[in-house]
Amino acid sequence: MGPNLLNNYCETVSMILFGIGFTTLFLQPNLIKKIIGFNIMDSAVYLFLAAKGYIYGRLAPIVVNNVTDMDAYINPIPAGLVLTGIVVSVSVTAVSLSLIQKLYKEYHTLDMDEILKKSKEAHQ
Amino acid sequence: MNKIISAIEKFVDGDFVITTKRKKKPEHKPITHHEKTIEERWAIWHDTDGVEAFKIVYKAASVAICLIMITILLITVSFLPAFGNPDNPVNNEVSQRYIEKGLEETGAVNIVSGMILDYRAFDTLGESTVLFAAASSVMMLMRKEKKGKEITDKFSPKRDPIVKIVAKFIIPVLLVFGIYIVLNGHLSPGGGFSGGAIMGAALILYSSAFGYKNIKKVVTEKFVRNVTFFSLIFYACAKSYSFYCGSHHLETGIPLGTPGAILSSGLILPLNIAVGLVVTCTMYSFYSLFSKGEI
Repeated sequence: MGPNLLNNYCETVSMILFGIGFTTLFLQPNLIKKIIGFNIMDSAVYLFLAAKGYIYGRLAPIVVNNVTDMDAYINPIPAGLVLTGIVVSVSVTAVSLSLIQKLYKEYHTLDMDEILKKSKEAHQ
Repeated sequence: MNKIISAIEKFVDGDFVITTKRKKKPEHKPITHHEKTIEERWAIWHDTDGVEAFKIVYKAASVAICLIMITILLITVSFLPAFGNPDNPVNNEVSQRYIEKGLEETGAVNIVSGMILDYRAFDTLGESTVLFAAASSVMMLMRKEKKGKEITDKFSPKRDPIVKIVAKFIIPVLLVFGIYIVLNGHLSPGGGFSGGAIMGAALILYSSAFGYKNIKKVVTEKFVRNVTFFSLIFYACAKSYSFYCGSHHLETGIPLGTPGAILSSGLILPLNIAVGLVVTCTMYSFYSLFSKGEI
């Protein structure tokens, strides 16, 4: 165990959130709940990236009074990465929800085991 | 006591249910447990008790896997460099370059905006294209099979006075706020994505307060398609031009303006507007496709 577990409290919380989302993805048979778990995992990754960019006592990277010194601002790169992540997660969520709606119209259930059973019966 | 012993004997002999059945109907002579091949036994177990056993094993295994994964991740976090320390390896020469030269080279006061729409602009074009592709695939999946069917207003509140009056006050404010955020993307926090999401929320509120027929006067499928398509084409052409000129050390001829003014920072303002339009159309089309199957 390293020395920085409580010092890096943002990263710790984001890893616990990631685990909660991962467990939801495994344990819930309901497809909508699986998508919710997936989104919790996404949020954990955003929190992790935002925490990586922060530096104590510095301002957001918006130039004030023409000060372009590295010691004045936090790291701007994780902000751009988080933006990419948010857009991709919104797109993935929308596509998977529409696929789930198609499945519901076909099988009249959201339970993944039921859907597998019904599709197996339909193919026999 | 004798009953229990006989039951145990039956169980050891073979399947309990099948032996009791054989006593009732001896003429059928069903095959006992031990006479079956291992594949048949497996098939029966697989369809009856196996499902329950698999569920229990699956749950236990998934909880164990997740706990192990969280433990590994937490141990890794405990070895990471300290939070908020300026000497971390994350704060390297790349971010130093963006902060020190960003204002001079892109003209944007907001360094993140200058970064994502100038240095890393093809990444943002990819993001907008991902949104466009997602909207297209949702449109393909959710399209109604039968055409000419009456639009179902199932999820829109019908003649709800509270929603209507509140929407009348909120929608103009939302639209103006969204436009403000898009236009000030290079000066303050915000930009095309967040402003576009706010304007999309305004369109969604209008659609749910005043019905689909009213919003169809302006926002049709053709409108959404054209706006998204031309915004993406404009983005791609403008950024290709500026990257081509930059790689050949040519002057782009686009003035950077004074930093802090609204008309400054070259291509970032029009690119923000293009991204904002794409995001607005995508957000609204997601909502309307999910609620009624068409834009």
